[in-house]
Amino acid sequence: MLRREFLTASGLALGGGLLPGLMGRAIAAEELQSTMDVALKKRLADAALNAAKSGGSSYCDVRVGRYLRQFVVTREANVENVVNTESTGVGIRVIADGAWGFAATNELTPEAVAAAARQATAIAKANAKTQTAPVRLAPTPGVGEVSWRTPIVKNAMAVPIKDKVDLLLGVNAAALGAGANFVNSILFIVNEQKYFASTDGSYIDQDVHRIWAPLTVTAIDKASGKFRTREGLSAPMGLGFEYLDGNAKDKFTSPNGVVNYGMSYDMREDAIAAAKQARAKLTAPSVKPGRYDLVLDPSHTWLTIHESVGHPLELDRVLGYEANYAGTSFATLDKQKARFPYGSDKVTITADKVERGTLGAVGYDDEGVKTKKWPLIQDGKLVDYQAIRDQAHILGKAASDGCCYADNWASVQFQRMANVSLQPGKAKQSVADMIGGVENGIYIIGDGSFSIDQQRYNAQFGGQLFYEIKNGKITQQIEDVAYQIRTPEFWNACVGVCDASDFRYGGSFFDGKGQPSQSSAVSHGSSTARFNGINVINTARSLG
Amino acid sequence: MSIMTEEQARAILTKVVGMSKADECTAQLTGSIDGNVRFALNNVSTSGIVSNTELGVQVAYGKRVGTATINQFDDASLERVVRRAEDLAKLAPENPEFVPAVPKQTYRPSDTFSAATAAITPEYRAKVAADSIGACKSEKLVAAGFLQDGQSFVAFANSNGNFGYQRGTQLDYTCTVRTEDGRGSGWVGRNLQDSAAFSAGTDVRTGMRKAAASADARALEPGKYTVILEPAAAAGLIGFMMYFFGAREADEGRSFLSKKGGGNKLGEQVYDPRVNLYADPWAAGAAVMPWDGDGLPRERMDIIKDGKVANLNYTRYWAQKQGKKAVGTPGNLLMTGGTKSTADLIRGTEKGILVTRTWYIRMVDPQTVLLTGLTRDGTFYIENGQIKYPVKNFRFNESPVIMLNNIDELGKPVRVKGDEADFVMMLPPMKLRDFTFTSLSDAV
Repeated sequence: MLRREFLTASGLALGGGLLPGLMGRAIAAEELQSTMDVALKKRLADAALNAAKSGGSSYCDVRVGRYLRQFVVTREANVENVVNTESTGVGIRVIADGAWGFAATNELTPEAVAAAARQATAIAKANAKTQTAPVRLAPTPGVGEVSWRTPIVKNAMAVPIKDKVDLLLGVNAAALGAGANFVNSILFIVNEQKYFASTDGSYIDQDVHRIWAPLTVTAIDKASGKFRTREGLSAPMGLGFEYLDGNAKDKFTSPNGVVNYGMSYDMREDAIAAAKQARAKLTAPSVKPGRYDLVLDPSHTWLTIHESVGHPLELDRVLGYEANYAGTSFATLDKQKARFPYGSDKVTITADKVERGTLGAVGYDDEGVKTKKWPLIQDGKLVDYQAIRDQAHILGKAASDGCCYADNWASVQFQRMANVSLQPGKAKQSVADMIGGVENGIYIIGDGSFSIDQQRYNAQFGGQLFYEIKNGKITQQIEDVAYQIRTPEFWNACVGVCDASDFRYGGSFFDGKGQPSQSSAVSHGSSTARFNGINVINTARSLG
Repeated sequence: MSIMTEEQARAILTKVVGMSKADECTAQLTGSIDGNVRFALNNVSTSGIVSNTELGVQVAYGKRVGTATINQFDDASLERVVRRAEDLAKLAPENPEFVPAVPKQTYRPSDTFSAATAAITPEYRAKVAADSIGACKSEKLVAAGFLQDGQSFVAFANSNGNFGYQRGTQLDYTCTVRTEDGRGSGWVGRNLQDSAAFSAGTDVRTGMRKAAASADARALEPGKYTVILEPAAAAGLIGFMMYFFGAREADEGRSFLSKKGGGNKLGEQVYDPRVNLYADPWAAGAAVMPWDGDGLPRERMDIIKDGKVANLNYTRYWAQKQGKKAVGTPGNLLMTGGTKSTADLIRGTEKGILVTRTWYIRMVDPQTVLLTGLTRDGTFYIENGQIKYPVKNFRFNESPVIMLNNIDELGKPVRVKGDEADFVMMLPPMKLRDFTFTSLSDAV
């Protein structure tokens, strides 16, 4: 499930309290640019591998991780908080007597790491006593000493705090100048420095970067007591500070003039538009409930893909391992064998951990598997799931899909969602062309409220901006829109996807799964897509 | 060292505060030992123990604030963390909303610690899993569950001479029980401070009963129904609403507690007169620390009194700006009710729907706190005081504000934890009129 954690992240900053334990160790900004010595990481890894093997483990992997985060939190003319955090340590996973064991330590000495490896081995041997079937690990080739880095242009951690503060306060001033009553803006920067080593013979050093610049603009009508917000149309991305350059070539202007963003974001421009659109929401007419043809912008569709395709096709959910928390899945294994008609023939959905600029992109996953792209739904038919090394055999696969992830050195890696994206239409089609063919529809931009059941059948989604379409033309901004779907019916109602020139990503830093819960960052791409005859409800209520 | 004694904590904190050359310094030590066991498909999947102790130091020069944390406690490390916080503060922009550290306070201790919970062992956790799995296996049911238990301490001191120390424990058990064919699903949850009152082998029976009884669910038309929300089902909605009790947001005109024309709804009748919600750090069975995150003492405080908004949450900055006295923000949420159990409420219901649990609740419209979410793991049709048959799960679109104006009857409060709420709640089962279900879900 997508967490409400972001509320907590900003709320905690608003509270101004102490932060220990929440996001790691708070450190000085200049320390965010440093990296650990690779030779030291290899020494630590070898100490663990040797201790595990000599203790009787048949397999061992070691993750030496340094996880860095920076938050700059502002509202109106104030900087509410600047926080830098670091969390460093070593996580060791072994197989002994056919069972998994895991232990972690924040002591970066060969002795402490070896001790943790022995502890993991002891835990594995204890777990083996009650295990009904031994772990079966799909083979993956050792790759020797290799490295990978997110292809960033500007390291966001190296940009001075003052420049970030100036940027955000400038954005806030622009929104207030354009009619906003309130504005919150945040920069959220992540760097995961991960070193992976295993008894397969891999030593993989990776430097992973992500950035997110969310904003919320609020407009108020004091007399009526009405208030409306408009969230920014940016996406969290696997990019450096260059994402905030606002390049003209990465702007996607909709037929009614709303500017959306691709690989580059103009935060100031979006804040000004948000202020005007939030104010317009205060007087926009309320939607008449009923069946509509929906035209969904990629800034919206990512979340629908995430909930109704990404999650149900996670193999651990399908098998029942997440039954007590995130839930199971309607897309059971028999449906794959039957090539279940998940969507119309316009719907081809892939999983990947490789696409440039995405949150999921890495060279190798957290069990040393080289990443790739693979189909989940091909021309509407269910063809595959997302599986890792100890699950591949269940699907009869020879290798893992490379989508294993742990959110920290102290967390156990497990199957997490890859980037899951709707492939663009093959025929040339623009957004204007698509809207031109709609008689009675709603054009939705931006993600809003979201909720889906524990087997991923019934979902409801809101949005940021809603525009009525009548006889091929966008007529007016409307409000109080949410649509309800049954997953297979929704995807079978897809009658068109615009071509690749409209393809963009959305995503989240906070996909939650597992107990104890872990967060994962994931992107979902699409071009603007049309879904016919979808049930729209009116969400306006009165408190009297 | 994860759990320090008061003397150990005081020695470190005094040293840290003494090292700071800033205008003011607040230091906080937190430590915890958390254990867990997870199981699914009638097998243990993971188990572990996580220990952690951390020192946070916040200093201020004028209105410039810096925070740093560390998990080493030798003198050199203490010196380093203080200097790091000071360096960050010197670089930080001025915060116009800065409020100085709290003056020296007196705290009345609350009963947050249970020796039995703190003494839980890996063997105890393994037995919880085994008892849950064993009971389910014997009736051809499939268990997936999670037990998390822990003990912790918090201690803090500041340059105004303030100091606090207290220990706490908690235990949270959940188990989802499914039929082998996947057509039935039940759930049970227990949230306790004292493990003495917990028995997985007994509690899991609730989930098993609901799993077996919920197979072959019939579809009812979505619409407005009389519902009985079990306390765990109500927790998701009511817990969510409490995030929007901020005074500042209400005063700024962006809350359901804002008044037309300006100001907030403090003192106004917003709910049914039978609604009484309050916070009390010393509440029996639901005690929380006697201070809030800023170190302000908590008091017994009405939040909703006879349906009227009795208190809003003021940050120290906003209280100062509005000329209000800042008091500790609540750490628990307690709702009064009657004496009836859920079963008693069912017996008194002519027609209605029993909801075991709610799921994936998200805000649809903050103007009215309209929330959407689904029922899950045991939804039943009630007729003439009896459960007649299981029904398919529903999606609801409902505001807890509207819901708490449609009360038929409240039962006896019990301790619950919301899926995503981070505070202790005591809520009654509640019988409500006109609860809005907007669509059906095929999910089991």
